[in-house]
Amino acid sequence: MDLELMINSFPKLLSAAVITLKLLSVSLIIGLLIGLFFAILRLNKSLFINRFAYGYSYVFRGTPLLVQIFIIYFGLGQIEYLRSTVLWVILKEPYWCAIIAFALNTGAYTSEILRSAFQTITPGIIEAGKSLGISNKVIFYKIQIPIAIRQSLPAYGNEIILMMKGTSLASTVTIMDLTGVAKYIISTTFKPIEVFIVAGGIYLFMTFIIHNVIKFLEKKYSFN
Amino acid sequence: MNIFKKTIFSVLLSLLVMGNVNADKIRIGTEGAYPPWNSKNEAGKLIGFEVELAYTLCRYIGQQCVIVEQDWDGMIPALIMRKFDAIMAGMSITAERQKAISFSQGYADEVASLAVMKGSSLEGLDTSAGINLTKPNAAAKKDLKTLTAALAGKTVCVQTATIHQNFLDSGDVGKVNVRTYKTQDEVNLDLASGRCDAALAAAVAFSDYAEKSGKPVVLTGPTFSGGAFGNGVGVGIRKDDTELLKKFNAAINKARKNGDISRIATKWFGFDASM
Repeated sequence: MDLELMINSFPKLLSAAVITLKLLSVSLIIGLLIGLFFAILRLNKSLFINRFAYGYSYVFRGTPLLVQIFIIYFGLGQIEYLRSTVLWVILKEPYWCAIIAFALNTGAYTSEILRSAFQTITPGIIEAGKSLGISNKVIFYKIQIPIAIRQSLPAYGNEIILMMKGTSLASTVTIMDLTGVAKYIISTTFKPIEVFIVAGGIYLFMTFIIHNVIKFLEKKYSFN
Repeated sequence: MNIFKKTIFSVLLSLLVMGNVNADKIRIGTEGAYPPWNSKNEAGKLIGFEVELAYTLCRYIGQQCVIVEQDWDGMIPALIMRKFDAIMAGMSITAERQKAISFSQGYADEVASLAVMKGSSLEGLDTSAGINLTKPNAAAKKDLKTLTAALAGKTVCVQTATIHQNFLDSGDVGKVNVRTYKTQDEVNLDLASGRCDAALAAAVAFSDYAEKSGKPVVLTGPTFSGGAFGNGVGVGIRKDDTELLKKFNAAINKARKNGDISRIATKWFGFDASM
């Protein structure tokens, strides 16, 4: 064990963890919006809209995240026509390719989490709102959405942690996130165990924080 | 039940025997993704200059060899962790790597070069044909200055943990935006897509890609050797394995004398890259 290497690589890895958190937070925000949109589509009575939303979540939950990143980064980069369009400004950047892949992936899972949360709301609650003369729109925003968010907190907390670990795949498309910098240090020191232990420790610490924030929120918004 | 026990026993026994058979074989690690040095054919079989040379060297050593595939970025750690006994993977002999492992004498010369897509502003740089960075002369220093100016703010792509990455990190060509990839294939893809302004690797890696893909990849600037680029490609061996190092050095001497290295190099590179 090369303790000196572990100590020396710690600050470099810590500053790389900032990139990891950036990737995570941006994709979670976009993913939550996508997820909410598709969850609402899933509740739609039209079979076509329903199937479309289901198809999206089926494809993105049914394929590995690594494959999705590779298709978006290397795959789309091969299409010559795309390179002459405005889209290339975004797709040229590894950072945005990773964000797109992560957001679409977490969006698919989030849509399923929110859908099932919406469906657990008993009709009685909605009827109670109606009997008080509250409009359908207000019922949706003020009653259904808050309940659904509370219901989905435990599952969504898991999704955040899974996604945080998933961001390590960004290093496969040249992004210098926590895993990327760890690999870089290994490429010049040839000591993977030491460096990956430090990197793993930082990931674990981030999980610890996320886990506790979710636990706190669950308590705060508990129904009891 | 008796049959069941017998089956288990025979499976375990055969595993034991297989383990013993492998014990006196030399295991050689290669990447299988750096043509023409080493790559895989359509059937997934390892081929290339170093695969053929490895079998030749093992014949001179008088021991059987198994060639083991290993991702490039884990090559040296895998050797140290005894996943195999020797590296033959287009690995240049550099001072940095020699801190971790030993090398046999060089068996082939790798010449590095920048590559760009045809029509790039970096095409046809005004430099000499080749520079040696071990003791850079006036012409080499002038070329490095030319490159520093030309590459300022550009994105240059390399495979991770390579001499090419080391060179760009050394600052000899100023501050360039270095992007690292797991394999040379991925470097080639992003060079062609335009995400990289230029790429740096073995010159033969680019000509091989241009030939196979039909993409207009052209070499530019001088070819590089010496300094961060090391002194030829050798067999990487664990530091404590001096016995095997001696065997490989002797085998390389014999293979060179008999013209085997030249012959195999000419077959795979189209020119004699042996040393």
